[in-house]
Amino acid sequence: MEGLIRLVPLIPAIPLLSFAVIAIYLRRYHKLSSYVAVAAIFISWLLSMVIVLSAVAQMPHFAEEPAVHLTLLRVPTGGTSLDIGVQIDPLTVALLFMVPTVCLMIFIYSTGYMHGDPRYSRFFAYISLFTTGMLGLVVADNLLLLFICWEVMGLCSYLLIGFWFEKPSAMWAGLKAFITTRIGDVLLMLGMVLLYTQTGALRFETVFAGVERLAETNPTLMYVTALLVFGGAVGKSAQFPLHVWLPDAMEGPTPVSALIHAATMVAAGVFLVARMFPIFVVLSGMPALAWVAAIGAFTAFFASTIAIAQDDIKRVLAYSTISQLGYMIMALGLGGFVAAVFHLITHAFFKALLFLGSGSVIHGVGTNDMMEMGGLRKKMPYTFWTFLIGMLALAGVPPLAGFWSKDEILAVAFEQNMLIWVMGTLAAFITAFYMTRQVFLTFMGQPRNEEIHAHESPPAMYVPLIILAIGAVLIGLLGVPAELPVLGPLLGNNPFHHFLAEQFSQWHYVHLPHVGFNALVMLISVVMAGGGIALGYLVYGRKPLQAGQRDPLERMGAVWTLLRNKYYIDEIYRATIIRGTILLADLFFKFDQGVIDFIVNLIGKLTERWSYVSGLFDTYVIDGIVNGVGRVTSAVGQELRYIQTGRVQNYLVIVVISVVLLMGVFLYM
Amino acid sequence: MIPLSWYLIVAAIIFCIGLYGALARRNAIGVLMGIELMLNAVNINLIAFWRYITPEVLTGQVFALFVITVAAAEAAIGLALIISIFRNRETVTVEDLDMMKW
Repeated sequence: MEGLIRLVPLIPAIPLLSFAVIAIYLRRYHKLSSYVAVAAIFISWLLSMVIVLSAVAQMPHFAEEPAVHLTLLRVPTGGTSLDIGVQIDPLTVALLFMVPTVCLMIFIYSTGYMHGDPRYSRFFAYISLFTTGMLGLVVADNLLLLFICWEVMGLCSYLLIGFWFEKPSAMWAGLKAFITTRIGDVLLMLGMVLLYTQTGALRFETVFAGVERLAETNPTLMYVTALLVFGGAVGKSAQFPLHVWLPDAMEGPTPVSALIHAATMVAAGVFLVARMFPIFVVLSGMPALAWVAAIGAFTAFFASTIAIAQDDIKRVLAYSTISQLGYMIMALGLGGFVAAVFHLITHAFFKALLFLGSGSVIHGVGTNDMMEMGGLRKKMPYTFWTFLIGMLALAGVPPLAGFWSKDEILAVAFEQNMLIWVMGTLAAFITAFYMTRQVFLTFMGQPRNEEIHAHESPPAMYVPLIILAIGAVLIGLLGVPAELPVLGPLLGNNPFHHFLAEQFSQWHYVHLPHVGFNALVMLISVVMAGGGIALGYLVYGRKPLQAGQRDPLERMGAVWTLLRNKYYIDEIYRATIIRGTILLADLFFKFDQGVIDFIVNLIGKLTERWSYVSGLFDTYVIDGIVNGVGRVTSAVGQELRYIQTGRVQNYLVIVVISVVLLMGVFLYM
Repeated sequence: MIPLSWYLIVAAIIFCIGLYGALARRNAIGVLMGIELMLNAVNINLIAFWRYITPEVLTGQVFALFVITVAAAEAAIGLALIISIFRNRETVTVEDLDMMKW
């Protein structure tokens, strides 16, 4: 590993280089710029695979050793220095397996999807930069580099969501994503500053060593710091109060949605919490972790309900992403670190698959509205089958990826907190239902709009779908519980768990709960997934929707309206926070106009008056004195001039008199 | 021996006569002669002091010789000036020579 660490900085650097090359030299060469971008991510992928494979080859030795560092840059800050570098540890390796793979698929897919776009090469420049951000974040060994990459992603999300900025909705969506995540970014930065001032370091290992003392001396501050860092994750990973930007992010091109939802942006938030896990558990009683769990569980349930009532094919997936991210955050909150990272990785595969599949559908039919679709199974076979695999994986059907990871999370929840387990299980049920609804509405039955002539997408698009589908089937097998009869031992007794479980063994205050295999939980999960799919079939499958027919769920009445309008969260925000902000801004404007301007004007006017008075003083007093001196001198001179008689004898008389006087003075004094 | 004060009195009388002449004469030549008288009064003083107080060194005599030399030069320049004024203004009356006034 010590030798290979030198390769690690190249992983984010190569896409960055491709970004620069495309942005500067290749703007007009569309084909060439896409090749450069794909080649760059391919090289990054190869390097990542070298790292991953050598890490796996060095198991179990690798997992138990502390992280390997490489310092790239030393920034002197007075007495100490701020080291910026990269590191390899199990968590990094796990993400280096997922991120470049999914990104590579998305890049290849984009060459087909974005074909003919006037800003084709710009698109590839942006997604290269986006990937740089995520890869840099994954390999960073300190909070500063992590935060820089975090912000790079924020910028790229803005640029890419608003990529079709001719559409006002896309422009506003980009803005909304940027501003909403910014709230989280500010919280994260505050947390980072607090950590730096309290522990004097930004490198993860030093921070983790330092927080232990902080937790003893100032538990309140530690609690606040952990919550602030979590705030960053809430913004980036679209958790409950700040989730509103993610559905709107669907305005961007579909590969971007896949990139944001699967491999990069939202994964960054979960990654942050996973990376900073020790600071959440360092306080006894772990109050910060309880918040993480509560917000995660609530988001998982809440977002899944909204997904039921959406017609936009991508919005359904967007809410499902929020819900799945909720699962991950919830798992982290319950201490299920391994389960969360496992779900992060499996989810990336099948969610990228689903998004790219939906993109393929949109590419084929030219609309996002599922009510216009139907019957695409025959016309788009590759898309249909791969989408079906993704849907089953997300719904949690064994033995696909989503089943194993979701089950691990639910097993953790079952042992830690019943309420959270119930919410998670209900969300799983709802997830299975809405995914079934989506598949039936999109692919089954007859076309509901005769004007749409759907066609299968080019190979550049469906080949990545097939590869991701294979991933979605197989990835989950890495994390099959060791205690599961037959299958567990056969698949290496949960290799993924062994890989990650020692991540925090250096810090004795981190205790990851050991979660065994729980047959009851697994059975209930399977029943829930099956039940959701069955209910979906009953509602949408038996009698496929005809053209012009309304959604059968509309019979739910008020609940339907509530869900369809996303619990009116956007409206509530608009009525409260946004309105409040504008009112406040108005108030400040008035204050500015009325008070600040008044004071400034008053000062100006007073200065003017005072300078007038001062001018008068100058004219009459100062000038008077100066002139007076002149005039007095002149008058005295006028009188004294008569002494100057011009007669030498007069002068001599004066001399004599003076000498006599002086003699008198000297003689008698 | 004649006491020193006698010489000093004689010198003072001559000095006062010279001063009166320098201040009161209207003729420029008279003024010049007054000045000569004052200088010679000083010479008498110098010689008298030398003879009575410090006869062993020659300072007083030398000083007197210098004064005589300077007085001769002064008389020469003074007369030359008076001749020049007379040629220009046809007068040697001091009261009339008052152009250098206010």
